Amino acid sequence: MSGVRVLVGTLKGAFVLTSDAKRERWDIRGPHFGGWEIYHLKGSPADPNRLYASQSSGWFGQLIQRSNDGGKTWEPVGNKFVYDGVPGTHQWYDGTPHPGEFARVWHLEPSLIDPDTVYAGVEDAALFRSVDGGQTWQELSGLRGHGSGPSWQPGAGGMCLHTILLDPSDPGRIFIAISAAGVFRTDDGGTTWRPINRGLKSEQMPDPHAEVGHCAHRIAMHRSRPGVLFMQKHWDVMRSDDAGESWQEVSGNLPTEFGFPIDVHEHEPETIYVVPIKNDSEHYPPEGKLRVYRSRTGGHEWEALTKGLPQRDCYINVLRDAMAVDSFDPCGVYFGTTGGQVYASADAGDSWAPIVRDLPRVLSVEVQTLP
Amino acid sequence: MIRVGLPAHLRTLARVDGEVKLDVKIQATQRSVLDALEARYPMLRGTIRDQVTQQRRAFVRFFACEQDLSHELPDTLLPDAVAMGAEPFLTIGAIAGG
Repeated sequence: MSGVRVLVGTLKGAFVLTSDAKRERWDIRGPHFGGWEIYHLKGSPADPNRLYASQSSGWFGQLIQRSNDGGKTWEPVGNKFVYDGVPGTHQWYDGTPHPGEFARVWHLEPSLIDPDTVYAGVEDAALFRSVDGGQTWQELSGLRGHGSGPSWQPGAGGMCLHTILLDPSDPGRIFIAISAAGVFRTDDGGTTWRPINRGLKSEQMPDPHAEVGHCAHRIAMHRSRPGVLFMQKHWDVMRSDDAGESWQEVSGNLPTEFGFPIDVHEHEPETIYVVPIKNDSEHYPPEGKLRVYRSRTGGHEWEALTKGLPQRDCYINVLRDAMAVDSFDPCGVYFGTTGGQVYASADAGDSWAPIVRDLPRVLSVEVQTLP
Repeated sequence: MIRVGLPAHLRTLARVDGEVKLDVKIQATQRSVLDALEARYPMLRGTIRDQVTQQRRAFVRFFACEQDLSHELPDTLLPDAVAMGAEPFLTIGAIAGG
């Protein structure tokens, strides 16, 4: 492996950060698409030079950009996201039915095997797929149509489909997560879906154990064990050992169960990372101390990782798509903050250093380990 | 020949400098001008008006001859000065923010 490429989406553009395997010196390129919101950009596992970026603006709407040279140059591709059939309704904040309306693409997930196939998770929550490199998009409407759609409600950030996990062992199985509806799974490539939220408990709901309505902030898996899922929920860190059929809380000794991102160590499937945040109204770390927490036991037992991170007067947030890992050994861990810092650890979280300190608000971080 | 002014972000997207000049074969209306603009620059589809409803995006405005034409119907004729190329048809990003 020759190096690493960190793809950073921010409120005002995209940045591409590159380094060699030592991950000490960084080249920073950008902003690409300056002034536009880049909710997410991600590379194809099948072709590391093929990147996709979600570019949006309150003025000019949604664009999708594609690069074939690792982010040096970009071209706009298709941006027509039309819901399949009648968009239907979901619950508005006041409980009334609200027509589904496309707002933006939150997350792009390229296929594991085909650079021209990519999935898009959008607001209002729906899943789209392109099989022609992003030129055209088709909704996998079985998700919205499976029955519970009218009862979904937006979280404070909008009703977004923000996480897409492709099962590397089963091409027909996809997991997605929606705020605030929960987690859903298809076993037939996206035709039919069902909620998989048993075991989640959300006190913000009239029925805390309801089938849908949970605010799953992020889910993650290790590619070697796609049946084991980890979740950072609005409150609570959860895990499932049966592909989402049931969930157990593993918050353990975390200082707070609230947070947004969660990720899994590249080589240790039971090592997971979260960033505890004080609560759902004070979106900053407890005590003004930025601490990543690592569990080497798949949850329950957590250790604070603080070396190199600010331990006073820190009042930033780390958003749900803003943490990623690389494939080096030791594993690199990366996260971006709403204060514009991107931190990296080249030793699995034992120590941290900022790659860059003063970017716009970081919305997403993805990592490519280059061949 | 119709002159069209684009906001900076859309000029960057379309990779143009300054005004765009379009030959519009039929009568100059918002719809015919935007049809011609999007035919020449397909990457602008969806950025000025919705691709399905064809409605102007909420934070885009149309100005010409010191008038706000944003609320005119899409098939209303544009002013003669625009149709003759003496004045540009301006697409503007609305003032928003603090």
